[in-house]
Amino acid sequence: MSVDKATVAKIASLARIKMGDEELERMVPELNGILDWVEQLGEVECSGVEPMTAVIENHLRLREDVVDADPKTGGGRREDVLANAPAAEHGFFGVPKVIE
Amino acid sequence: MTDLTNLGVKDIRDGVAGGEFTAREVAEAFNAAVAEAAALNAFIVTTPDHALAAADATDAKRAKGEDLGKMGGVPIGMKDLFATKGVQTTAASHILEGFKPEYESTVSQNLWDAGAGMLGKLNLDQFAMGSSNETSYFGNVTSPWRRSGGANTDMSPGGSSGGSSAAVAARIAPAATGTDTGGSIRQPAAFTGICGIKPTYGRCSRWGVVAFASSLDQAGPMARTVEDCAIMLEAMAGFDPKDATSLKMDVPAWEAGLSADLKGKKIGIPREYRMDGTDEEILKSWEQGKEWLRDAGAEIVDVSLPHTKYALPAYYIVAPAEASSNLARYDGVRYGLRDLPDGAGLQDMYAATRAAGFGDEVKRRILIGTYVLSAGFYDAYYTQAQKVRTLVSRDFAQAFGQCDAILAPTTPTASFPLGENQDDPLAMYLNDVFAVPASLAGLPAMSVPATVNSDGLPLGLQIVGKPFDEQGVLNAGLAIQSRANFTAKPEKWW
Amino acid sequence: MVSTYRIQGATGEWEVVIGLEVHAQVVSKSKLFSGAATAFGAEPNTQVSLVDAAMPGMLPVPNKECIRQAVRTGMAIEAQINKYSRFDRKNYFYADLPQGYQISQLYHPLVGEGSLTIDADEKAGIAEDKVIGIERIHIEQDAGKLMHDQHPTMSYVDLNRSGVALMEIVSKPDMRSPAEAGAYVRKLRSILRYVGSCDGNMEEGSMRADVNVSVRKPGEEFGTRTETKNVNSVRFVMQVIEYEANRQVDVIENGGTVDQETRLFDPGTGTTRTMRSKEDAHDYRYFPDPDLLPLELEDDFLEECRASLPELPDAKRQRYENELGLTPYNARELTAEVETFGRFETLLGVAAAKIGKSESAVATQVANWALSVAPGVMKSLGDEADASNATAEAQASILAMQDKGEISGGQAKEIYELVLKTGRDPEEIADTEGLKQVSDTGAIEAAIDDIIANNADKVAEYRGGKDKLFGFFVGQTMKAMQGKANPAVVNQILKDKLG
Repeated sequence: MSVDKATVAKIASLARIKMGDEELERMVPELNGILDWVEQLGEVECSGVEPMTAVIENHLRLREDVVDADPKTGGGRREDVLANAPAAEHGFFGVPKVIE
Repeated sequence: MTDLTNLGVKDIRDGVAGGEFTAREVAEAFNAAVAEAAALNAFIVTTPDHALAAADATDAKRAKGEDLGKMGGVPIGMKDLFATKGVQTTAASHILEGFKPEYESTVSQNLWDAGAGMLGKLNLDQFAMGSSNETSYFGNVTSPWRRSGGANTDMSPGGSSGGSSAAVAARIAPAATGTDTGGSIRQPAAFTGICGIKPTYGRCSRWGVVAFASSLDQAGPMARTVEDCAIMLEAMAGFDPKDATSLKMDVPAWEAGLSADLKGKKIGIPREYRMDGTDEEILKSWEQGKEWLRDAGAEIVDVSLPHTKYALPAYYIVAPAEASSNLARYDGVRYGLRDLPDGAGLQDMYAATRAAGFGDEVKRRILIGTYVLSAGFYDAYYTQAQKVRTLVSRDFAQAFGQCDAILAPTTPTASFPLGENQDDPLAMYLNDVFAVPASLAGLPAMSVPATVNSDGLPLGLQIVGKPFDEQGVLNAGLAIQSRANFTAKPEKWW
Repeated sequence: MVSTYRIQGATGEWEVVIGLEVHAQVVSKSKLFSGAATAFGAEPNTQVSLVDAAMPGMLPVPNKECIRQAVRTGMAIEAQINKYSRFDRKNYFYADLPQGYQISQLYHPLVGEGSLTIDADEKAGIAEDKVIGIERIHIEQDAGKLMHDQHPTMSYVDLNRSGVALMEIVSKPDMRSPAEAGAYVRKLRSILRYVGSCDGNMEEGSMRADVNVSVRKPGEEFGTRTETKNVNSVRFVMQVIEYEANRQVDVIENGGTVDQETRLFDPGTGTTRTMRSKEDAHDYRYFPDPDLLPLELEDDFLEECRASLPELPDAKRQRYENELGLTPYNARELTAEVETFGRFETLLGVAAAKIGKSESAVATQVANWALSVAPGVMKSLGDEADASNATAEAQASILAMQDKGEISGGQAKEIYELVLKTGRDPEEIADTEGLKQVSDTGAIEAAIDDIIANNADKVAEYRGGKDKLFGFFVGQTMKAMQGKANPAVVNQILKDKLG
């Protein structure tokens, strides 16, 4: 499967990366080069093989339901959460007006 | 007094503890070396005050007779992928330029708790995507090594932990943190004649480490000796309840367990690693490595890892797929760069911000990742790649039925000049052909310097171990180190 | 039984096909993947952790209680519980989604197929009980909240809700009328509240439905469906279906085709419209979240979940009918809401003990009191009533006095009025306010003797066969006793004396 400029434009839009014509055209052969190369995976006989889910034998641990048990993963730190925001007002993050 | 910057982790720790010199003297010496080495561009920001404060704390503890910690008095470089509280953390990207986290990554906190101090944040390939440290928004890192007899061509320190490798090799830091997703500790270590170990997936917490590919990312130490790596890994590793993939296991006493005696051990030589295009001198060093390990008492056995060839293409589906999702959070809303063209709506802002904030290689991988996950392609690419990953992992499990560790080259070539592979992403990706299989299988793997090639550039050997067997990897590394007598070091030109 | 609900179009009758995806906020103290609080109504961004704000390097760790609640809910709808499930990432960009993906479960949900039964309701056109299939329940993260009207050029983002656990309960397309959909949502809400896994508070957004509607000529294949997002009341769900079905019929009959799209409901106008912001977001690129391992449930965990399940609405209703002998109507009314049956069962226990009979012996009396008498008194008093005085103890005292014949039904109401107003003790009220029936046969006999003596003509007529006059004698006696005589005693003595 190879991609054309329109497909690259669609992917770029899906990934929210603005790309001009020139950049799209440059990307087409680069992506196709990589895609052609990864497609050799199709040669591998994988019937009955499960896709990997956990790279090292391990079990998903669950957390107890405690509020702010660890300040590093708890709430009540609005200043910290907003500290790096490009636009923060009245305790909110600001974004360009959205029409739903 | 000896030049303190020639000392590694163990010597500094022991020297400070024994009163041969103070931690402050050490920090000052390295701060000065860092300041002189701007030409390497190894650091994005320097933090001499952090190093001094940690050193003073260590000296004060010593005065009071308290325990100085595993890394007491050792100043290190911190790869700029680890969030450091109040200190700019960028992942070498424009999109995070100016970002000062309100939190400290678990690994860096562990190091500070162990008495280490920070010389600065080390340059890297942007979002750890690259193998030559040429994708950083903050400029290339130049290796301290130069080819003998060649012109003064700037060489690559490897990547993505290129700032780390350059700094340690140039002796402007005794050790540095690295992260390894598909070779990003081992390949730069090999390029610069230092040691680096990627532990078993889950040993080091990923909490607070800017994510590239979550199922592969692992932090590890980079230093000039196996002993230093063992000491620093002990300080970095440990269970972290904040990371659901963290291993709930005690950290072994790796330093105390070091032994270069490999009697009774079997070392596997994977026949599929003999690939076309591998440098003759690399193959020669591999042969030499076998001899050294045999000399250390190990039995050398042939093993097969039949899906080796497919590891790299599988990696280049899995890693970009995860990255495309992991990097979605860089959107100009909560932190980092915001590019808001006049009259732009929310979605336009995202597209403009991400266009301005990500470099070419990052964009390329996000696009690949987005494509392989998109409707209609998911199974053919992503699911197939994860199946191949299962097979790669199974290969190792079978091989470890016949051996205790695997010996292979770290890289197919020595370091190359900056700029040489820049226009060919695939050629660049091939740098990690020997490193990626262990990443896909989550296995501990280490690069140790073996020799220098005819250009005077370092070559590394890689040891891959069973899950959780960092000790076996370190011990085999030590056996090589003690026989290789790698004493070459870059001439100071910076 | 086929639903008879039809849309009358120009080309004939159309059938409506409805499926609902209900998002129910899981009752838990902290969020699904972080320790931040979930309480409603906090100041903006004060219940946001670094994890919820998707700071670089932050990682999710699942909350056991959220998993437990979803498993218990699955058990309550007799669904398959999957001991192996996974979290997947659903990727899209929006300002209320900090990570750029929602952690959800697509490929391996926690709960598989189950069902619930909606009750027959002839008034609503549901002729008999109907089983509605449930496809799955999965858990996922809620998004944050956008506010559009606080600034001329900006929208504001509040992430307090970001990362709160939701159960998405996906029905099969088994409903055929707005009434069925309404009944489904009400029944589901009831089950969730019984289980305690969701508070069911639709005003606060604890339960929202995505309403999938399509139309077809009866017997034909399913038509193209639209999905109307985030509908937050039973009435609105029904309105959406009504509006969408008619709109789709119009579109098709005018030669158009229905677009498969996401729509938004406007409660002000009762209409739906295309949702602009979601137009191009259909390729969600789901894949297993690499930050999370597969979720594997142990048997003892599942056993605890099952053991902690309360009696559920259908079983409770059955028991009320079969064991307590309540009418189907009373049983349904009493079991509809957690609060109602809770109050009823408490009162039943206290009353049975006070009266000294079994619960089943007094259940009908208590049910009538709880469903009609007590609410009637409460309502008539309006603001004068202090609901905190309506204790089970007080009400049981009144019921016990009534059961013993000490007070009449009218007196019971009067006493309860005073209890609600003042909180005084019912027995004390009965005594001091003279609100007690006279069962003393001597006093009643004396009164009856007087009446018989003064109404010899009527006595003769009665004895001559005019039975209807018995009521006259009762009335006279009660009047003489100022309404306080025990009617049963009066009847007995009158019968004896009149012969």
